[in-house]
Amino acid sequence: MEMVLPFVIGSLYAMAIYMLLRRSLVKLLIGLGLLSHASNLLIFTASGLTRFKAPVIPMTAEQLQSPHADPLPQALILTAIVISFGVTAFALALAYRAYRSVNTDDLDQMKSTDA
Amino acid sequence: MMNRFLILPIVVPLLTAVLCLLFFRKPRAQRWIGVSGAGLLLGVSLWLLQVVWQQGIQTVQVGNWQAPFGITLVADLFSAVMVVLAGVLGVAVAIYSWESIDAQRQAFGYYPLMHFLLMGVCGAFLTGDLFNLYVWFEVMLMASFVLLALGGERGQMEGAIKYVTLNLLSSAIFLAALGLLYGLAGTLNMADLAQKFASTASAPSNAIVTALSMLFLAAFGIKAAVFPLFFWLPASYHTPPVAVTALFSGLLTKVGVYSLIRVFTLIFVQDTVYTHTLLLVIAGLTMITGVLGAVAQNEMRRLLSFHIISQIGYPLMGLGIFTPLGLAAAVYFVFHVSIAKSTLFLISGVIARLRGVYDLKKLGGLYKKEAWLAILFLIAALSLAGLPPSSGFFAKLSLVLAGLQQAQYLIVAVSLGVSLLTLFSMVKIWNEAFWKEKPTVEDETKFALAQNWSWILPILFLVGVTIVLSFGIGPIFRLMSQVGNQLMNPQLYIQAVLGGGG
Repeated sequence: MEMVLPFVIGSLYAMAIYMLLRRSLVKLLIGLGLLSHASNLLIFTASGLTRFKAPVIPMTAEQLQSPHADPLPQALILTAIVISFGVTAFALALAYRAYRSVNTDDLDQMKSTDA
Repeated sequence: MMNRFLILPIVVPLLTAVLCLLFFRKPRAQRWIGVSGAGLLLGVSLWLLQVVWQQGIQTVQVGNWQAPFGITLVADLFSAVMVVLAGVLGVAVAIYSWESIDAQRQAFGYYPLMHFLLMGVCGAFLTGDLFNLYVWFEVMLMASFVLLALGGERGQMEGAIKYVTLNLLSSAIFLAALGLLYGLAGTLNMADLAQKFASTASAPSNAIVTALSMLFLAAFGIKAAVFPLFFWLPASYHTPPVAVTALFSGLLTKVGVYSLIRVFTLIFVQDTVYTHTLLLVIAGLTMITGVLGAVAQNEMRRLLSFHIISQIGYPLMGLGIFTPLGLAAAVYFVFHVSIAKSTLFLISGVIARLRGVYDLKKLGGLYKKEAWLAILFLIAALSLAGLPPSSGFFAKLSLVLAGLQQAQYLIVAVSLGVSLLTLFSMVKIWNEAFWKEKPTVEDETKFALAQNWSWILPILFLVGVTIVLSFGIGPIFRLMSQVGNQLMNPQLYIQAVLGGGG
């Protein structure tokens, strides 16, 4: 797994950037979604892929028995997923409103604010 | 020092926003709550500054989980000063929004959003944990996204798309950097990270840490709008109502600068020859590109937007010089420039209310009509350009002094040249909007400034703060020197968070 995931993350980043550079508004949003997935997987991988016990103290013991998996990266990822969910929902609504008011989803047409 | 009231600057805006939401259908009540909440935030922040000044760095271990396992809130002098800045701008913008934000925007939750934004900003200033910083960034960004798009004009939509995209990109980079940092060090508590990287036994190799620091530089650089990552700012900042722009210009980019100063004084100090020289280069290029963009503009808000970029270079210069004086000057500069810049934005809003346009070509003759407004503009503009005896003069003087002491002559020369160009474009606004004859005789808006206190009061307040910053330079700079000393001695911060063993 440790050998596979870096490639997965790399291709996710590559796809995300490819999508971000497209002119279509919808593809831009897909790119942003992929970007956050890639970052989440990166946290997961970089903090060590381990197949150990869950970090729960058993009824019979006083202390956590090592080896155990690190729960923190998963908590971080969970937080990040929730945030990116909210942000993506907002971005979708924004894209729809922008499409309605500019009447195109071509980003090249959206430069009236650039002077 | 443990002090649980440290959480107040986060709780006060939260409660204000929630109260506003309870009165969602009563915009009048929301205004009162919004303004008094901002006033309360200012009071709390001043109290916090005073406590930190007298008793040293304050910490709270949230939920009583000891650092480095739980989330720590830390207020050193730097954080406290920045929270005061948030309070001052919060009050000014809350009053200014009273009438300048139209009824429709207020009915759709303008005041709650503003307070959620303030909460995110204060949280980012006070947190002692890098992942928590990311969360506060997102709180702040979410509120700013909605504030930027609220109203749904075409320009706002286009600006918001760019703003949202680039800020989400920066968040993704920040998140990736956090993941790699956690994999490297096994902690995200800033004090713990600093301690791990400082001790020779447990420190990873300098090259890896420096490479990682570049990811943080890119992430915070986008937020702070430094060269070459600033393009979202002039494309979006001039689209929302001017009260929103003033709040953004005073606080959002400054959170990026705050984070840069924090991580590059506390955590990433292994290879200062490389990182801080790079910061100096970025600082110089940011100043130059920003000011050159500004001199080409004729629309007031766009012109001022480019000046935001240009002025970001100065605190980075102080950070790149990396001496106590340099950092003291940088923090003083951030405070001064946020106030001056927001004042100018608010004045540009008043001008547009008087004449209906932001375009300098179509303005003129305002000195004859509103001489007081012209004087207020002049104080803020000359302070931004750095003419004595204004606050900008002392800020730039101390930066230049710090640069000369470290023999960084090139950046000193650049900063002085950019000051001249800043003065040039301030004089341009003065000439075009206030001094020259009014080009065409159109029908004037029936708007008497003297009777509309909610437009003029915040400007008077901010100009008053600028004057205090200018003439109270002695005691204020003593405070700033103390800030610089604390930043250059991370040991104090580490001890306050992790306890005596640090």
